[in-house]
Amino acid sequence: MQWEIVIGLEVHAQLSTQSKIFSGASIAYGAMPNTQACEVDLALPGVLPVLNKGVVERAIKFGLAVGAKINSPSIFARKNYFYPDLPKGYQISQYELPVVEGGCLRIQVDEVEKTVRLTRAHLEEDAGKSLHKDFHGMTGIDLNRAGTPLLEIVSEPDMRSSAEAVVYAKTLHSLVRWIGICDGNMQEGSFRCDANVSVRPKGSDKFGTRCEIKNLNSFRFMEKAIEFEVRRQIEILEDGGIVHQETRLYDPDRNETRSMRSKEEAHDYRYFPDPDLMPLEISEEWINQVELMLPELPEARRRRYVTAFDLSDYDAMVLTATREMADFFESAVKQLPSQAKLCANWIMGEVSGRLNKEGIEISDCPINPVQLATLLQRISDDTISGKMAKNVFDSMWRGEQDGNVDAIIENKGLKQISDSGEIEKLIDEILVANSQQVADYRSGKQKAFNSLVGQVMKATRGKANPAQVNTILKQKLS
Amino acid sequence: MFNASLKQLSQQLAEKKISSVELTKEFLQRTRTLNPNYNAYITIDEAMSLAQAETADQMIAAGHASPLTGIPVAQKDIFCTKGWLTTCGSKMLSNFTSPYNASVIERFNRIGAVNVGKTNMDEFAMGSSNETSFYGPVRNPWDVAAVPGGSSGGSACVVAARMAPAATGTDTGGSIRQPAALCGISGIKPTYGLVSRYGMIAFASSLDQGGPMAKSTEDLALMLNVMVGFDERDSTSLQRETEDYSRDLDNPLTGLRIGLPKEYFAKGMSNDVAAAVERALDEYRKLGAEMVEVSLPNAPLSIPVYYVLAPAEASSNLSRFDGVRYGYRAKSYSDLSDMYRKSRAKGFGAEVKRRILIGTYVLSHGYYDAYYIQAQKIRRLIAQDFADAFKQCDIIMGPTTPTVAFNLGEKNNDPIQMYLSDIYTSAASLAGLPGMSIPVGFGNNNRPVGLHIIGNYFSEAQMLNVGHRYQLETDWHLRMPGV
Repeated sequence: MQWEIVIGLEVHAQLSTQSKIFSGASIAYGAMPNTQACEVDLALPGVLPVLNKGVVERAIKFGLAVGAKINSPSIFARKNYFYPDLPKGYQISQYELPVVEGGCLRIQVDEVEKTVRLTRAHLEEDAGKSLHKDFHGMTGIDLNRAGTPLLEIVSEPDMRSSAEAVVYAKTLHSLVRWIGICDGNMQEGSFRCDANVSVRPKGSDKFGTRCEIKNLNSFRFMEKAIEFEVRRQIEILEDGGIVHQETRLYDPDRNETRSMRSKEEAHDYRYFPDPDLMPLEISEEWINQVELMLPELPEARRRRYVTAFDLSDYDAMVLTATREMADFFESAVKQLPSQAKLCANWIMGEVSGRLNKEGIEISDCPINPVQLATLLQRISDDTISGKMAKNVFDSMWRGEQDGNVDAIIENKGLKQISDSGEIEKLIDEILVANSQQVADYRSGKQKAFNSLVGQVMKATRGKANPAQVNTILKQKLS
Repeated sequence: MFNASLKQLSQQLAEKKISSVELTKEFLQRTRTLNPNYNAYITIDEAMSLAQAETADQMIAAGHASPLTGIPVAQKDIFCTKGWLTTCGSKMLSNFTSPYNASVIERFNRIGAVNVGKTNMDEFAMGSSNETSFYGPVRNPWDVAAVPGGSSGGSACVVAARMAPAATGTDTGGSIRQPAALCGISGIKPTYGLVSRYGMIAFASSLDQGGPMAKSTEDLALMLNVMVGFDERDSTSLQRETEDYSRDLDNPLTGLRIGLPKEYFAKGMSNDVAAAVERALDEYRKLGAEMVEVSLPNAPLSIPVYYVLAPAEASSNLSRFDGVRYGYRAKSYSDLSDMYRKSRAKGFGAEVKRRILIGTYVLSHGYYDAYYIQAQKIRRLIAQDFADAFKQCDIIMGPTTPTVAFNLGEKNNDPIQMYLSDIYTSAASLAGLPGMSIPVGFGNNNRPVGLHIIGNYFSEAQMLNVGHRYQLETDWHLRMPGV
């Protein structure tokens, strides 16, 4: 039987505020345990939550970026359960009326565009951490993370392969960083994904029973976990069994998912509106203000790159993978408006390659876009060849001559010889010294011509303008 | 001196006839003698009180005094008080010394009032007789066989027995008004949102409201002036212009329309209470007020509604008492859930557990709509009843409680009977309206009777005026139990 895979994702994006969602404590990562937990985070008797406005502003930004409805009012609700790292015994979340409802995300899988619908995005607080190491049979509790603001972004079950799920997650990851609401650091848990996976016979319009997979803390794990889970479910069904609805945990070491709790074991969270927080009212005015703060979104930029700069869809996609990359590109093009394609090629090629190799972000690139544009300018005005430019690029990367392109060219004597008199003189000498090759060429051997070009380039240590050499040589030999 | 008003004490302090240290010592001395009989305080710390009194004396000497500077005030043990044991009447918090101050405590500290002790209360403010306290019941100073009411029974008792000139209380369904009535003192629960709940240990967040308890409404006004104010740490706190609650005390009552809800003057009220309330209403007629019959058709539903909503919120509010970070933890347990189970089973008393169970039940999947949502709807109807009634009258009056103080142990085994003690007070709580009780005489066994005065939102100054004019004509509020 042919099976269809159905995937929906729940993403927890940690919002990039200074302080927590309901207290003034810092959310900075990596502090000593419990040094960033104030009386509110510790849930001392009598304390009360106060909503951080910056958190709401980020949720509005997200809602606008995905074309969703911003609900006003939206309601904070208590999700009740006991766990040592949940100090109040309930998590403040949103249930019936989330701040963001609907919207969609366009993703591109293998050159095909697809729309993934969003169900909702709601605000909630993170829990603390239970530390099982170093306590000899006891558990330590670190409440630094308790109260960290999260936006839980829930998609519709619109994805049909692990590849689509990964592209969706990556696109979402890029978007939240693009609009500046989340740093996207997956190692530190700033962007966490859970996947709801089910399979059904191809052509069926009924969903199969789903399992929720947790602990997908990298895109690679997400892909592997979904693939494992899909195989597991298909095997069960093909053996005539039934899939049970449950929450499963992905174990990257064994590359498998295993049951965490069944539907029967699921908590009754007893959600009810939090009486300590008023319904969250968001005025049109506030939404309009936030809209003004919103940067041009990746999709709009992509379209603009294709129309204004005549780039391919692919190039536009790659350049808008992050806002930093796109900004880098645009700063370079601003210096060199006629050479957008050249800028694109170099950023996607040399620059990205070098960044990847050294494992650094474009924001830390040692060459700034203006310097890059100057280098490319020297290619387009024939000062240096493209090949030489790579040499100069290396020097710039190392910070030689403070990255001054012309100084490096000068210093290295790399300036291209474009004086036709000089080249002609040189060619004459070479033709005399290589009469055999001249004869071979005249008798129809094309290879001999290339050899002569090579001789000229060698004699100029590559500095001769190759196009010019070709032209003059052809004239001389005809 | 023990029967002096706050104004009189303040004047003596200002005129240096007495220092705050001396005044504080007088009340502490009286407390040392009387408290063993009444068990009204959970914590007394004379050294800390006297240190505060010294600070107050310096403020007075420096000319920085305000009306309550240097005045001893007893604090209900529900308010987190830095450096003080703050138990909320529970074993669960019997080892909890608060590292921070509630906003209310901060406000009293700022003006130099002297905390003379943390008063006993029903456990987590759940009770109407003070019998649910882990620290044992408080006795009614008018008759030690009787309960003082609850949950602010300790505060009512210390004011009635003159162990402190004034005290703070909190009211969720009647916890200021009912004990004030049963102990023959004055107490007001302000409009919801006027007094910050920050640091006031939560029972039912949408109902809890702090307020003062004192001998007279004049004293209540001075206390309210300290307690009321916007607090950015409490999202339900209201941002309003500062009011002087004493400003209208002397206004004449001519033409005041007093609404008498027919539902409150029906069966259920005992004869002795009815007689005292009638006499009080006569006094108001003499003062120029007119009586209007009004109706609160949904008011009789307030007890069932209250006993769905308050436990629902409480079941969640009390989840933090899990033995993990502070408070009581069972001595031995086998695993995490056993630790939770044993710590909470042993740390909470029977009434608290009963309400946690009720609350958990009404919030459970499948019952939420039938109980919680339904109760919220009726709550809105009750508020609407009051809105309609206030179209016909300026203020509403009735009995605070159906009977005078009952005996200790009398209703212990009958929670429903106990809950009915709040039959007249809980409707105003559900509507968020201010409610006040003032003493209007004595009923059976010479136990005090309270008159319940419900005002419209933010009408506290008017309510205090209504109380004060009565107290100018009568002396019930000056009667002291023979101690």
